[in-house]
Amino acid sequence: MSGDMGIGVSAPRTEDRRFITGRGRYVDDINLRTQQYAWFVRSPHPHAEVRGLDAADALKMPGVTAVLTGADMQADDIGSLPVAWGITSRDGSPAVEPAYPALATDRVRYVGNPVAVVVAETRTQARDAAEMVNVDYEELESVSSATAAMEEGAPLIHEGAPGNTCFDWEWLPAAMAPDARSNTDKAFDEAAHVVSLELVNNRLVPNAMEPRASLADFNPATGQLTLYTTSQNPHVNRLLLCTATLKMPEHKVRVVAPDVGGGFGSKIYHYAEELTVCWASRRLGVPVKWTAERSESFLADAQGRDHVTRVELALDAEAHFTGMRVDTVANLGGWLSAFGPAIPTVFYAPLLAGVYRTPNIYVTVKGVFTNTTPTDAYRGAGRPEACYAVERAVDEAAVQIGMDPAELRRRNFIQPDEFPYQSPVGQLYDSGDFEGCLNLARELNAYERFDERRRQSQARGKLRGRGMCFYIEACGAAPSQAAGQLGARAGLYEVATVRVHPSGSVQVLTGSHSHGQSHETTFAQIVAERLGIDFGNVEIVHGDTGEIPFGMGTYGSRSLAVGGTALYKALDKVEEKGRKIAAHLLEAEAADIEFTDGQFRVAGTDRAVSFGDVALAAYVPHNYPLQELEPGLEETAFFDPENFTFPSGCYICEVEVDQNTGQVELCDFVAADDFGNIINPMVVEGQVHGGLAQGIGQALLEHCLYTPEGQLLSGSYMDYCMPRADDLPNFVVATRCTPTPFNPLGVKGCGEAGAIGAPPAVINAVLGALRPLGVRHIDMPATPQAVWQAIEAARSGE
Amino acid sequence: MDATVSFTLNGKNVSAETTGATLLVDLLRNHFGLTGAHVGCDTSQCGACVIHVDGVSVKSCTMLAAQADGCTVETIEGLAANGELHPVQQAFHEHHALQCGFCTPGMIMSAVDLLRRNPRPSEVEVRDWLEGNMCRCTGYHNIVKAVRAAAVAMGEEAS
Repeated sequence: MSGDMGIGVSAPRTEDRRFITGRGRYVDDINLRTQQYAWFVRSPHPHAEVRGLDAADALKMPGVTAVLTGADMQADDIGSLPVAWGITSRDGSPAVEPAYPALATDRVRYVGNPVAVVVAETRTQARDAAEMVNVDYEELESVSSATAAMEEGAPLIHEGAPGNTCFDWEWLPAAMAPDARSNTDKAFDEAAHVVSLELVNNRLVPNAMEPRASLADFNPATGQLTLYTTSQNPHVNRLLLCTATLKMPEHKVRVVAPDVGGGFGSKIYHYAEELTVCWASRRLGVPVKWTAERSESFLADAQGRDHVTRVELALDAEAHFTGMRVDTVANLGGWLSAFGPAIPTVFYAPLLAGVYRTPNIYVTVKGVFTNTTPTDAYRGAGRPEACYAVERAVDEAAVQIGMDPAELRRRNFIQPDEFPYQSPVGQLYDSGDFEGCLNLARELNAYERFDERRRQSQARGKLRGRGMCFYIEACGAAPSQAAGQLGARAGLYEVATVRVHPSGSVQVLTGSHSHGQSHETTFAQIVAERLGIDFGNVEIVHGDTGEIPFGMGTYGSRSLAVGGTALYKALDKVEEKGRKIAAHLLEAEAADIEFTDGQFRVAGTDRAVSFGDVALAAYVPHNYPLQELEPGLEETAFFDPENFTFPSGCYICEVEVDQNTGQVELCDFVAADDFGNIINPMVVEGQVHGGLAQGIGQALLEHCLYTPEGQLLSGSYMDYCMPRADDLPNFVVATRCTPTPFNPLGVKGCGEAGAIGAPPAVINAVLGALRPLGVRHIDMPATPQAVWQAIEAARSGE
Repeated sequence: MDATVSFTLNGKNVSAETTGATLLVDLLRNHFGLTGAHVGCDTSQCGACVIHVDGVSVKSCTMLAAQADGCTVETIEGLAANGELHPVQQAFHEHHALQCGFCTPGMIMSAVDLLRRNPRPSEVEVRDWLEGNMCRCTGYHNIVKAVRAAAVAMGEEAS
């Protein structure tokens, strides 16, 4: 009765119809009568004192209602933007968390830092007036790179952070502490081979296609605020608005994240702009709307990556990994974004074991302030950086000791019978079959015939290279207690309500938020499968705090593993209650009732009632056990997992390099992933494709570049190279399945895998092509210019 | 410099008062409430705003409303005739060629124009044509697949 759309089916998506006919409803599509428009005055300087602000000329401009400043905000007791994760330095001191006002009061610390907001009757009027706001800046010395910011004599960005150090952290998980460092050093002392690499993980701009937007509507008569905003987690934003910044009672604030055009992490945070429009609406008594221009997105959306890492790998004489040392400098930007300190630490170091049995690992990370846009989680968030360090080092080791990179990896794999596997960096891996993924990827790549393909490339005058990568990552944040011990300031469970209507159709109210992930389809498949009802009779409701219970939203590939499990558990409750109702209707014992294919049946008989009959009885309780059961059929479950889930996979990439131009062409990309059980294979493949595109973008095209002083050079699509259709190949994707034991669906997470595994696979392939020319190293992105320069440097013996 | 602009919009004659600086995409979105064309950038790169003017795909963020005077304008909202999806829309649905949906209207309108010009494009031709339409979700794999499937479906329909 679930029809053909139960678990495991590539059901075409329910949500598609509105998007393909132009009826999606994104924030900027929503307009309210009497709304006015906000435009932000932003700092053109990377670092400056704000000595004064003169709005007189702007206020004379047509249509202008108000020019509001940080001082006005302070006067209204608006709180600074909160940091959601506390990190502790190795000396025991907390990370430096400077107060981050939504509108700068005395100092700006990156280009684009908001200083004031203009509210006017039209967007054009607001923009024109913003240009008439005279801000008196006293420019200060500035610095954009984290390594430069650490140097002696570098400009000091925050008074409380000498050396621009936010934290100086070491990772001492219980599994290794307190001897992590000495044991790792000992492994290096005794090593037969040591590999050492210095790696740059390039800064990226998330670039969801929908620019951020917020529309705030405060009703002075009721004291109710409604905020429509581009958010991945509307309840979290409401909580922060109510408790930290705007300071209103939660029952008076409704946050709606309607259709949201992609997030990739960049729409997790409680941003200055949404707070400002809420405050402006409350202050002015009119709805206030702000929609970012793309240029603003480049300046004001939290950015990703930006690490410099020294990674060292020790091997014994039999090529077993015996130790790894990782020292990373992470660029946090001019202020701390909500999870800024957590991404390069607790979302990074615990994945540095990769899929290998390396027994000793010691990790240190310095978080550094610079005059750049704050960094935070971007698709993968810490795990791509970890994977890149591990997999580049492993490939380099294979080259150094003259071993096939697949064989070296195989020799060091954690074995299937070792799960659950306690890694030395503090993760308990749930399941995996790394050799199975390797074999699958090799088969799809026609691994043995590479030399043949290389010769064919050579015949065309091209250099062919092949690169491999294994990733493992932690999805499904999180066990709240573990996260709390690591510094999280919020819970990380998820919630779902299953509301059965009297006629038997079902609404699910989920705390997960879909901004492309397809929950309206996949969650409905779970319901259809479990209740045996038609897929078309299920609606998934998300994104509106006025409708759904308090949920935590979507990031870290958590929706299915955590939100889907909450749904599964709510369905358990519905089924349990339905069984009791059915027992009454069938005059049998509840223990004797079976529920299959939408029928409650007395075991071993043909006496049955349908799910629809039970639903009707629950709401029209004429024949109902009212003494024992409440009427109605609506159940809620919260789920807080006991562990993360750990998807893993093997990616193989082949490239052709034109040594005359430095152009890298992707010829073949194979992804063999293990996501545990899969609800909708088509949707999972789509998630992998998208992740791969972003990972390939990082490896070959994308780079968020600043001048040394902090002027953004890549501030538009004319300068920041987004992957386009003609930059990418078709992908070959396949899966193996080792279900996780840590949730009843056996599902892991698939949203970030591609972005995590692709960069090292691509760079290993590029280096594979270039090594015959003597090129030993290249940083991302491997643009034609970078490749050509590397070739020329190798030729001239540099 | 206000002016009246009149054109055919999804088969209906319409007119509106505009300023000389009003972009066609803003007129469609804000005056006519046709919010299917999206604004994803400010440099005419992303293609989320693609519509058809006189049968040809254009980026409606790069055209003044006044320039549409006397033209035939078709938007994503007018593509499904009598509620029946255009083969390109249908193929996008069947092949999971969209995720967040933001780039989708522009992507579809652009693909429809491609298939009008080239009824059986190769994979390379599809990728080359769609170079002016960015998608951050799909990696283009399923978009290319859908456009080529639509070409086949339209060919069958025509024969």
